[in-house]
Amino acid sequence: MADRITDIWGTRTPFPAGGDWPVRVDFALDGGLSEGDVDQWVQSACVLCSNGCGCDIAVKDGVMVGIRGRAEDRVNKGRLGPKGLFASWQGVANKDRLTRPLIREGDSLVETDWDTAMSRVVERSKQLLADKGPLSHGFYTSGQLFLEEYYALAVIGKAGIGTPHMDGNTRLCTATAASALKETFGADGQPGAYEDIDSADAIFLYGHNMPETQTVLWSRILDRLSGPTPPKLVCVDPRNTEAARHASVHLAVRPGTNLALMHALIREVLENGWFDSGYVQQHALGFDELRRTVEKWTPAVAAEVCGVAAADIREAARIFGTSSSVLSTVLQGFYQSAQATAASCQVNNLHLLRGMLGRPGAGLLQMNGQPTAQNNRECGADGDLPGFRNWGNQEHIQELAKLWNVDPAVIPHWAPPTHALQIFRYAEQGSINFLWVSATNPAVSMPELHRIRNILAKPELFLVVQDMYLTETAELADVVLPAAAWGEKTGTFTNASRVVHVSDKAVDPPGEARSDLAIFLDYSRRMGFTTLEGSPLLTWEGPEEAFEAWKECSRGRPCDYTGLTYEKLRGGSGIPWPCNDDNPDGTTRLYADGRFPTDPDHCENYGHDLLTGAEVEPASYRASAPDGRAFLKTTEYHPPHEEPDSEYPLRYTTGRTAYHFHTRTKTARSRELNSAAPKMWVEISVQDASELGISEGDIVRVTSRRGRIEAPARVSGVRPGTVFAPFHYGYWDSDDGETGRHATAANELTLTEWDPVSKQPIFKNAAVRVERIAKGAGPAPAPLTTASRPERREP
Amino acid sequence: MNLHIYLGLLHRGEQTLASSFRQVSEGHGDEPDIHFLCQSLGGQSEHHVALLLPVVERYGEEGSDNEPERLHAQGLSETRSGPVGLLRDLQDLYVLASLVDITWTVMEQAGQALRDSELLSVVEQCHQETEVQLRWLKTRIKQAAPQALLVAE
Repeated sequence: MADRITDIWGTRTPFPAGGDWPVRVDFALDGGLSEGDVDQWVQSACVLCSNGCGCDIAVKDGVMVGIRGRAEDRVNKGRLGPKGLFASWQGVANKDRLTRPLIREGDSLVETDWDTAMSRVVERSKQLLADKGPLSHGFYTSGQLFLEEYYALAVIGKAGIGTPHMDGNTRLCTATAASALKETFGADGQPGAYEDIDSADAIFLYGHNMPETQTVLWSRILDRLSGPTPPKLVCVDPRNTEAARHASVHLAVRPGTNLALMHALIREVLENGWFDSGYVQQHALGFDELRRTVEKWTPAVAAEVCGVAAADIREAARIFGTSSSVLSTVLQGFYQSAQATAASCQVNNLHLLRGMLGRPGAGLLQMNGQPTAQNNRECGADGDLPGFRNWGNQEHIQELAKLWNVDPAVIPHWAPPTHALQIFRYAEQGSINFLWVSATNPAVSMPELHRIRNILAKPELFLVVQDMYLTETAELADVVLPAAAWGEKTGTFTNASRVVHVSDKAVDPPGEARSDLAIFLDYSRRMGFTTLEGSPLLTWEGPEEAFEAWKECSRGRPCDYTGLTYEKLRGGSGIPWPCNDDNPDGTTRLYADGRFPTDPDHCENYGHDLLTGAEVEPASYRASAPDGRAFLKTTEYHPPHEEPDSEYPLRYTTGRTAYHFHTRTKTARSRELNSAAPKMWVEISVQDASELGISEGDIVRVTSRRGRIEAPARVSGVRPGTVFAPFHYGYWDSDDGETGRHATAANELTLTEWDPVSKQPIFKNAAVRVERIAKGAGPAPAPLTTASRPERREP
Repeated sequence: MNLHIYLGLLHRGEQTLASSFRQVSEGHGDEPDIHFLCQSLGGQSEHHVALLLPVVERYGEEGSDNEPERLHAQGLSETRSGPVGLLRDLQDLYVLASLVDITWTVMEQAGQALRDSELLSVVEQCHQETEVQLRWLKTRIKQAAPQALLVAE
């Protein structure tokens, strides 16, 4: 097998449009072992990105020793990416794992037993509920737990405590995907499927560095590109990514101007008559307003605002408008930028205008960033109501109350759920005093870190952290609960293509670590949460019972799981929902019939004004009589709120590298991945580097109004005027653990601002200045194989 | 013809609303959504004033009309602080925006009876935005109310 660190995407297996993606089985085994040495292969799927590749875990003598892609799985046909190969079992089998609960005694965290730790949590929780009520409690979870765990947490929050303050780090990664789908189609649910790559004539990547964030999905595109009938590729990204290098058109827009570009693309499609007026008339509302809003956005006007060539905008629109099947994928370049929901809705609108939905190759993927983000959204651990129910619809509240056998008044539904940054704001102001963080690391991943650290360290905030490792966040906790990892527990999860996988337990967790589900169930038991009849609220003994309960919750909703069982998920490929009596083998694509879940009694929300986030009132939603039609929603373009000026003349954007996931808790513990991208760097264009007298590897200081970081500079293919920083590098493995003196976390500089509709923070636009502070010792420690590769030619 | 009286009311109302949005934006910088959105909406109201000017030039406006002022809607003199203070400030904005909203309604009625297409096109553009301003304020007030009234320090 190829060296999958330098050869990120592996060997090509070309295939033609409409063909089957060939199988290529990738595997990795602990040094010296061969497949014959393995005692047992345990079915799972990879959790190192949102792709959800089916895999088997190799077990020998009770420990995980390897991983192999599942040839029969529709998602990956046997393939695995570098993160899956090198940080799956290696990322969790580590001496640093937490094996016992910890409690705070003065300035230090000391080991204790579960009973002591949980008693401390429950005592504080009960006290606060008695003194201040449910609004004193907040929960901040993850995009990396299993479905069963999210559902347990959601039931605890909504039917046990009754707090609206629950969100996940999915707010940072995938909230806009959910919002854009809800605004356009009435409910969450991915219209397209990964299989659309196999037959698309054109593929559009909107702010999606797929070669690094979903390496296996990119392999699928590379195999089409090297086949006999390659699709045309269009990519919107300020960096010279691997995708940009293969693109027919690369639109390297100024960060913060996506909506202006989208307006121009829509306008071109309309002006040239490349839309299907019959489809629009039958299946969509809002055409006239859309046309009015984009009217002034000629390619020339947008070119000026976005800093790209008008001819490139025209060519991109022509490819969209004239290809017979187009697949679009959208990710953080849109979701974490200004006017995120509005820009992402314009992608939906392009597909509606051409009726480009629901058939092979004509697909739309509002992607996720994390492996189980989809389940967080479905189950309501991001604060939404379980089963894509509408908190503004009393009938939906009644359904849940009946399902859980609780008083509907307990279920918080008087306003939208509290989003992550507002939860932290309430903690800052002292009205939330109990915050339970599970499987995420806000001390590195949130914007404006000095503020987040101060909030987490507040003595009056009782902080519970549930994790596998002692993260930067866990170090600030009052109680740390050691959690079991992937491979150490059973559960299911669903990828960005709606494909559900089961992940079976392969080995025991280390020491006293417990599954997140077991911890939540224990909390519920100890708190004494009950139904109306006084029996325990959660009686599940394990994950399969939780899954069966979830199936009932999903019945009749867009994400219907009722046709799935653990047994059905074992042995073959993952299965896409909805899977029910009507679709016993699952559903590859939604909306083939052009009917959308916008019925007022069925929809997940009534929508918002995209500029302000103002809610549409239920009565006016009903009056719009959607009748299964989708909404062509849009709003005016507004420039980002923080623009470069004389003091901070450059634009700052953050992102990912192929070799790391999140704050590196797993990936930096893999020798191979860590040596591929060991330390922080920042990227600057050839032009800016020469103006500022910066050479490759020089140490630079990047300063914004919020803070500063220092790191070696990589002179890369980022667009001139823009500085890029990877967001992975916190402090847990830094030499002195010091956050102040050698700040490296990209989020020291980002600002606290969010999209008005999705409430997703805007990580991809801030104003900064860059100065050279020292000569470097050599090239920056940035990968040479990715968008970070050095660039010498004049742009 | 008393149209100029209402043009004066509307003109002053939008100006007051614009400066109040700006004031709340400045006073609540720790609430990023309020800070940035009030900035945008203040700009929107200023734009309404600009759109209204040609109509004002045609019909004139009354600086202070002959009707005595009974309700004093002078705008926010300064912002409050804390969660309840924020709620009160948003509520004041809501009152000011409501006043503007109903004044646009009056103006639309007059415009229709006058068959003044210029006036009606200004109304169409602005009134809709005022309506969204109100809806946003209501959305935000509903979100903030329980926390401010039940658990805030």
